[in-house]
Amino acid sequence: MNNLLSFFRRNKSAPVARERLQVLLAHERAMTGRSDLLATLQDEILAVIAKHFTIDREKVQIKLDRGESVSTLEIDVEVPSMAGAKVA
Amino acid sequence: MAKVVVVTSGKGGVGKTTSTAALGAALAQEGANVVVVDFDVGLRNLDLVMGAERRVVFDLINVVQGDAKLPQALIRDKRVETLSLLPASQTRDKDALTQEGVKNVMAQLREKFDWVICDSPAGIEKGAVMAMRHADIAIVVTNPEVSSVRDSDRIIGLLDSKTEKAENGARIDKHLLLTRFDPARAARGEMLKTDDVLEILSIPLLGIIPESEEVLRASNLGSPVTLLSPTSAPARAYADAAKRLRGEQLEVVVPLERKGFIGRLFGRKVA
Repeated sequence: MNNLLSFFRRNKSAPVARERLQVLLAHERAMTGRSDLLATLQDEILAVIAKHFTIDREKVQIKLDRGESVSTLEIDVEVPSMAGAKVA
Repeated sequence: MAKVVVVTSGKGGVGKTTSTAALGAALAQEGANVVVVDFDVGLRNLDLVMGAERRVVFDLINVVQGDAKLPQALIRDKRVETLSLLPASQTRDKDALTQEGVKNVMAQLREKFDWVICDSPAGIEKGAVMAMRHADIAIVVTNPEVSSVRDSDRIIGLLDSKTEKAENGARIDKHLLLTRFDPARAARGEMLKTDDVLEILSIPLLGIIPESEEVLRASNLGSPVTLLSPTSAPARAYADAAKRLRGEQLEVVVPLERKGFIGRLFGRKVA
C-alpha cells in the first residue's frame, strides 16, 4: 500500500523540497546574530529549576521541532525523587 | 569494536552527504548502532538530507566546546531506531573545531556506537583533515570524471599522511565508492570506465552507485535513499556497499533501474 501511494506521489517531491527549504531558511535567516539563543534559554530555564532541585545536566533532554507557523521546544528534566534520595 | 569511517572526496558535489546518509541508514537497518556525523561546519547539509533539519538543537561544536552533552546533541532518526545524527553548526566556522575537542567527542562516540560515519566537508583544509583524523576506514567518493579523480588522488595522499593512523605508522583502510555512474555512457566510451579509475587510484572498490533520479527525490523528501526506495538501483548499490563495509565478499555489479529481482538478474558485472 505504501508503495502504491509513493508511486502516485512519485513526481511530487519538488514541492516538498521547496516547503522544507522555506521553513528552514526562514528560521536560519532569523537566527543570524543570535546563534546561542537556545543555549541561553536552556541555561536560564535550568538555573530556575536548579533553585529548587539538584539536577543532573546529563539527564536533561531537549527536543525542538521547527514548524512554519509554530515551533515547539520540549525540555525534559529528570527530577530526582526526594524521598528516594533519602532512603538510598 | 566501533569503527570510525570518513566519507571524503576533496571535490564538492560528488555525493559525500548522500552516501553518508545512505550507508549509515543501510548499516542501521541491519541492526547496528550507527551515528552519522556532519563535519561541514558552517555549511551543514546532512541534517537536511536526513530530514532532521527542524529538530536540530545542539551540534558538534556545542559538544566540542562543552556547551552541551553529547546525548543532548544526538538526534535519533524517526524511521530507524538505531540511527542517530550529530549535526554540524551552521553559524560557526571551522576554527571552532579544536583537535582535542574532536578527539574527545570521537572517543565518546566510539563507546556508544558500532559505526561512526563522518561526512567530510569538501576541500583539503582543516575541516576535511579534522573529519579524517580519527578514522579507521576511509570511503573516497569519486565521480568517473577527470577533476574528481584528480582530487580523490590528492585526498588519498592526505589520508596516508594526516590521519592519526598514518602518523602512528599504521595504514588507514581506504575504499573507492564510484558515484553518479552511468553504465550506458561508460559502455559507449563517453565516461571513464571503472577499471580506469581503479587503476589510477589503486584502492579497492567498495561499490558503484548508478546515476539515478531516486537520489534527488530522496534528498527532496529528506530521507536516505536506502530507506525511501530500498528497491531502487542506487539503494541496492548502497546496501551492497554497506555489506562489503562489514566485510562481506560480494561481487560488484551495477544494479539497473528496473525494480525487484529482474533488475538484480540483469545487473551488469563490471569489476
